[in-house]
Amino acid sequence: MAKLTLDDLRKMRGDKQKAMEMRDNSNKDVQVIVGMGTCGIAAGAKETFTTLIDTLTEKGITNVLIRQTGCMGLCHSEPTVEVVVPGMPAVIYGHVDAATAKDIVEKHIVGHQLIDSKICDRPSIDIIKNG
Amino acid sequence: MAYQSYVLICGGTACFSGGGDKIVEAFHNELKAQNLDTTVQVVTTGCLGFCEQGPIVKILPQGTFYVQVKPEDVKEIVAEHLVKGRVVQRLCYDPEQAKKLVAEANIPFYQKQYRIVLRNCGVIDPEKIEDYIARDGYKAIEKVLFEMTPEQVVEEMLKSGLRGRGGAGFPTGMKWKFAQQQPKGQKYMVCNADEGDPGAYMDRSTLEGDPHSILEAMIIAGYAIGASKGFIYIRAEYPLAIHRLQVAIKQASELGLLGKDILGSGFDFEIELRFGAGAFVCGEETALLQSIEGNRGMPKPRPPFPAVKGLWGRPTVINNVETLANIPVIINKGADWFNKIGTATTKGTKVFALTGKVNNSGLIEVPMGTTLREIIFDIGGGIRGGHQFKAAQTGGPSGGIIPPQFLDTPIDYESLAKIGSIMGSGGLIVMDETDCVVDIAKFYLDFTVDESCGKCAPCRIGGRKLLNYLKKISDGRGTEQDIADMKAICDAMNKASLCGLGQTASNPVRSTLQYFMDEYMEHIKEKKCRSGKCSKLVQYTIDAAKCKGCTMCARKCPAGAITGSVKQPHAINPAKCVKCGACEATCKFGAISHG
Repeated sequence: MAKLTLDDLRKMRGDKQKAMEMRDNSNKDVQVIVGMGTCGIAAGAKETFTTLIDTLTEKGITNVLIRQTGCMGLCHSEPTVEVVVPGMPAVIYGHVDAATAKDIVEKHIVGHQLIDSKICDRPSIDIIKNG
Repeated sequence: MAYQSYVLICGGTACFSGGGDKIVEAFHNELKAQNLDTTVQVVTTGCLGFCEQGPIVKILPQGTFYVQVKPEDVKEIVAEHLVKGRVVQRLCYDPEQAKKLVAEANIPFYQKQYRIVLRNCGVIDPEKIEDYIARDGYKAIEKVLFEMTPEQVVEEMLKSGLRGRGGAGFPTGMKWKFAQQQPKGQKYMVCNADEGDPGAYMDRSTLEGDPHSILEAMIIAGYAIGASKGFIYIRAEYPLAIHRLQVAIKQASELGLLGKDILGSGFDFEIELRFGAGAFVCGEETALLQSIEGNRGMPKPRPPFPAVKGLWGRPTVINNVETLANIPVIINKGADWFNKIGTATTKGTKVFALTGKVNNSGLIEVPMGTTLREIIFDIGGGIRGGHQFKAAQTGGPSGGIIPPQFLDTPIDYESLAKIGSIMGSGGLIVMDETDCVVDIAKFYLDFTVDESCGKCAPCRIGGRKLLNYLKKISDGRGTEQDIADMKAICDAMNKASLCGLGQTASNPVRSTLQYFMDEYMEHIKEKKCRSGKCSKLVQYTIDAAKCKGCTMCARKCPAGAITGSVKQPHAINPAKCVKCGACEATCKFGAISHG
């Protein structure tokens, strides 16, 4: 990749911000974000991650973007998975084992139903003050 | 079919005991009655964290919070909110009211966390530089490299009041100023990522979740002090953090955010990783520098301070991961914004790795001045399994043990020092009544004795002696004279040790002696450990009513401590008993117990 100039960097930031707002990741309108810090991985996040990918492939679903992120701070409920489906509330699930990962694809993404009892939510995301 | 609305009901212990299950039931019934059960989904969630205001009901997608909901309120919520779309004001959580609650010291959970360091953790993909850039990443270096002189950057840091988060709390701006004032030439910027306290993982999580923030901060620091080379000293036990840093460095170098002539500003800066082999003492700055140079990690006397004579004799600034993560935000938002957060002497926030006997262990960030009670009971959700809070340990092996009477102390560097602990790097271990203070002190001393580099006598010999005394007390051989001797050793280690490790290694002993002397005395005088953790103090007794006099125990006892005739109840002579437990294991009648 070419070295950035100041203007390039600013343009890149603007473009990416716009892309994030529109959640337009090349026609992928559903986002699944897996907490992959050491805490998550130790609790089995890698298995969760592969199950998600396998189930999506198996069902031929292509509009889902799977991302990883660091520790969300909810170490007591790892592995954690955030699911953002348009028209549905963004939700964080806790203790997501392979079975729950399958449920996320089948019930939440396909069926548009939240999975009872696995929702962790993020207690304060809308209210936590961001620096 | 797809649902249009969702009713989330907090299924946390506190809310459920407050009638949450009845609310779930009421919602199910009411929705069915209104024919809404196919368009509204009722879900129980994990703790929403608003325990003080529970039971909580959250309606999505609007995100309305209803607090202190009773089963009889459900009808109204369904009729008004879900049918007519009108919010039930009476039950609503009101941000204005919440502010009032804050003022009245009844602060709800959500007001407590304040994410500066962890701003991107759990939000961005740490292996994608674009994600970081979109969250105002590398914006601070634009400002610094093109609009500010190095002097102005240092001035800004001084004004912000940021202090080192590695433990000692030295003002970061001062460190930078000393290094900046050194004559021009090769200088170094070092990031201390050698997080070694048992139970602490703030730095690891920050590096794993947001590696670019550390790179950006190091560029800023390098520019301010005139360094063109940076090292990140990270322990080899953090493979994921290392991997993510390597990815981040590669991406930043490819984009020209590291390397020669960054963004065309004319400023050069490169970063190299150095792996530590996991010696605790290498978190001490002079030992860390030795290790980077390839020598055995042992501290050196200061002065000269590293800011004057550091790596290979050149001026070097060493900042901790968490300190650095604050810096891009301070530059972007300004020192005046930052120094309004926190207490009079300690600005900003602190990240804690909350572990031990709490319900919600996790990574939290709170403004300085938050009390332990708020952290443990509001954010941490209280003590696990309905036990009693006994003590909190901050600062790891260098810190102290804080008893319940200080739960309401607002946390900052000074207040913690006053009650005999230290801020440390941010490990916070919560203990309940099943923990024994002598045992805890022994655990930490065992750690520091193991990790002492052995260079200076107070730490090498003092630590070992303290550990021996603790073992003696825990084995039931302690005397009152031991306590006096331990106090003297603590003082000597504190005053005479070469580096922070030795100076603070006695803190766990000091603080437990100060606040839990009664427990030490129980161990010494009554030969009793109330938590049962000190196995040698366990007393084995035979219940005469249950004993059949089969003589099995007496035959098994290796010390000949059990006496009695056949078919008569036996007895254990505590003076001879070696507490091996063989008798209890062999008794078929459950007549032998220990306590």
